Amino acid sequence: MHREFLMGNEAMAVGALAAGVDVVAGYPGTPSTEVLETVARRNPGHVYVEWSVNEKAGLEVAAGAAYAGARSLVTMKQVGLNVASDPLMSLSYVGVKGGMVVLVADDPGPISSQTEQDTRTFAAYAKLPLLDPSDPQEAYEMMGEAFELSEELGCPVIVRPTTRVDHGSADVLVADEGDWARRTPEGFVRDPGRWVIFPALSVRAHAAIEARDAELSRRLSSYARNAVRQTAGPDARPRLGVATHGISATYVDEALREGDDVRVLRVATPYPFPDDLAERFLDGLDEVLCVEELDPVIERALIATCGRRGLHVTIRGKLTGDIQPSGENTVESVSEALDRFLGRKPAGSSPRAVPHEPEAPVAPPCEEDCLSTEKNPPAPPQLPVRPPVLCAGCPHRASFYAVKRAMRGRKAVFCGDIGCYTLGNAAPLDMVDTCLCMGAGINIAQGVTRVEPDTAAFAFVGDSTFFASGITGVVNAFYNQANMTLVVLDNSTTAMTGHQPHPGTGRTMMGQVVERVSIERVLLAIGLRVVETVDPLDLDAAVATVRRVAEEPGVKAIVFRSPCVVLARPQARSTVDAERCVGCLRCVRELGCPALVPDAATGKVAIDAAQCTGCTLCEQLCPTHAISGGERP
Amino acid sequence: MSAREKDRAAAGSGGGATSTSIVLAGVGGQGTILASKLLARAAMARGLQVRTAETIGMAQRGGSVVSHVRIGDGASSPLVGPGRADALIAFEPAEAARQLSYLRSGGTLVTSDAPVVPVSAATGGPAYDLPAVMAYLRASVAPERLVVVDAAAAARGLGTTRALNVVLLGAAARAGAIGLTADDLAAAVRDVVAPRFVDLDLAALATRWDRPIAP
Repeated sequence: MHREFLMGNEAMAVGALAAGVDVVAGYPGTPSTEVLETVARRNPGHVYVEWSVNEKAGLEVAAGAAYAGARSLVTMKQVGLNVASDPLMSLSYVGVKGGMVVLVADDPGPISSQTEQDTRTFAAYAKLPLLDPSDPQEAYEMMGEAFELSEELGCPVIVRPTTRVDHGSADVLVADEGDWARRTPEGFVRDPGRWVIFPALSVRAHAAIEARDAELSRRLSSYARNAVRQTAGPDARPRLGVATHGISATYVDEALREGDDVRVLRVATPYPFPDDLAERFLDGLDEVLCVEELDPVIERALIATCGRRGLHVTIRGKLTGDIQPSGENTVESVSEALDRFLGRKPAGSSPRAVPHEPEAPVAPPCEEDCLSTEKNPPAPPQLPVRPPVLCAGCPHRASFYAVKRAMRGRKAVFCGDIGCYTLGNAAPLDMVDTCLCMGAGINIAQGVTRVEPDTAAFAFVGDSTFFASGITGVVNAFYNQANMTLVVLDNSTTAMTGHQPHPGTGRTMMGQVVERVSIERVLLAIGLRVVETVDPLDLDAAVATVRRVAEEPGVKAIVFRSPCVVLARPQARSTVDAERCVGCLRCVRELGCPALVPDAATGKVAIDAAQCTGCTLCEQLCPTHAISGGERP
Repeated sequence: MSAREKDRAAAGSGGGATSTSIVLAGVGGQGTILASKLLARAAMARGLQVRTAETIGMAQRGGSVVSHVRIGDGASSPLVGPGRADALIAFEPAEAARQLSYLRSGGTLVTSDAPVVPVSAATGGPAYDLPAVMAYLRASVAPERLVVVDAAAAARGLGTTRALNVVLLGAAARAGAIGLTADDLAAAVRDVVAPRFVDLDLAALATRWDRPIAP
């Protein structure tokens, strides 16, 4: 064993490798992405790793490997589980032979997600055991335990970290590579009664699962990570209890102070819920505060335990308004809740939780003990707002700008999708009217035109999203005779999550160079007659292409192809000729490129050489030709 | 000098029982994540427990980002509470102002003086009033606990803006604000940073780029 400084996601990857995982699949999504990347980076050689086209594919690949007796892992974020839910619900009935772990990263806040859904709730719905780690060390250890449990029970086991565990780092004690397990899978054994789901199998399986989970609940009451402790020692007789889980357990640890007399229950397996342990926890208590993030899972389970076992304990938490119903917990929010619950005096600092704003996080206010009160507090100046933006030189900016210019004055709807290009919604581009979930924009555009046939409908979709779940939408549009323009923003990578390869890149996570899947050939094979590819950074050509293609009937497509600037090295940056610049600031107002900085003193524009990529879009736009010298990567 | 020593003594007792809490604030893409990793590795080399939390995801595209670093046994959660940071290391002045309420009474602010003007300031959003921001920082933090790094001088001296994160860490170490020395950080640089950037980062650590604070 040795210590390493690891992010929670890295720790879980090493935990899977140490447990002898054979096959790892997944689809990138914050905050889960680094798990699979770390497996690939530290692959001892025999582990098969892939980025699948989406979470459903990844889960099915992992299931097949587990059918064949291997240990398999599939990784995704919480909304990815929605995509993978179809196979997972049935797999719960069919089961697996080798150990299979479904790693789903939840995102309280949410910080980088569409929803605040709770995979603990999903586990109860799918009737699958779930482990809920509270720090990187526990997350590492739980991976091995999850594989063991999965193999023993013959069903997938979910490991559910949250963002602060995924992206929190700590010094973690891990196994040396020489001690990593190495197994030889038995292989797939034909057995139609086992692997082919029919109602007869489902009838048997459902009954067996209910019996298994009742028994498992009893067993998990003695699982060491489900634990009860007392702050005033084992002989104290507290009347108040706190029930918690995951990262919130660490906030409770820090928020409890000397002199507090409470019993604390930590729930590492919210499903199956450890009922017997909960009953022992509740014994002799008057009230319990449940400190949870996302859904009130433990709170509901304790209410059920009280009802089932005739206990008279008041259960407080989200359902009673004692804990915020949404958003992240913090040490401060938990400390305040404990102050109220325990009737104790607030500590020196009494800050409060503020709703998390992903666009511009701001330090929560504090009332005492921080510097704003150490003397007459100066009033903070108005600060510029700093939401995330498309990078300087991003080809998506050029694509949106070309469509905007081409369609100026026309009635149009611009449906967006999931990726960096969702940022095209911001001023000054203002080119994303809708965004729902992966691939949805293509079908939403069709729905709008069913109601407003005179609206020109555009659907913007990134290359990775096109492969993940865009293709079926195009088939739907073509088959049902829709009238719309598909715009594929092909920057040849999965940029938002950190540049993962996909079927269009011709690279795999096993390091192979393979034949690319051609977006144009896919579209032509569906039947589209107009599929035009153009470089969005060639402004005149891009605008002309949009004008021409949008006039065609039926479903037609434009592929804007230009590589992500983060991956391309600039050749030469643009510069501004101050003599020629008349300070109209058209470049700034129309493009919103972070490298274009107006000079307050001269009123003219300057270019931040550290950010400029030489994309030349501003050069092509400048009415006085004052900008030049850029050279595209 | 004595004020700095006093701060250093206070640094150990700010957050939890025996922990040092550091908040790094900047703009996505400025290198806050590597900086927090260097702090963590330097602390680990001293045998200390470390917890960090990062902003990873969409905010990395030019948005406001914050990293939390907690060093020592008193840290069980990775997050630093408001008014609990022993040091706020800001990569950009407006971000220093935005996150200032993390800093505890007696904590040290280390900030770059070079603004990164957001697109929003030029497209109808609130303006970036740099003199007002700097005046606010000077009014809020006592001079002996305020370190303003001359980012332009560092960029000229080093030939690149790329090492600003390490420049700021060096300034924080010299100010006695983080319980680590420049030598601790240099060892972490050799350990963590890609070989082609090691010499640059060591040079960034070796020099003092602070701007004298006007009384």
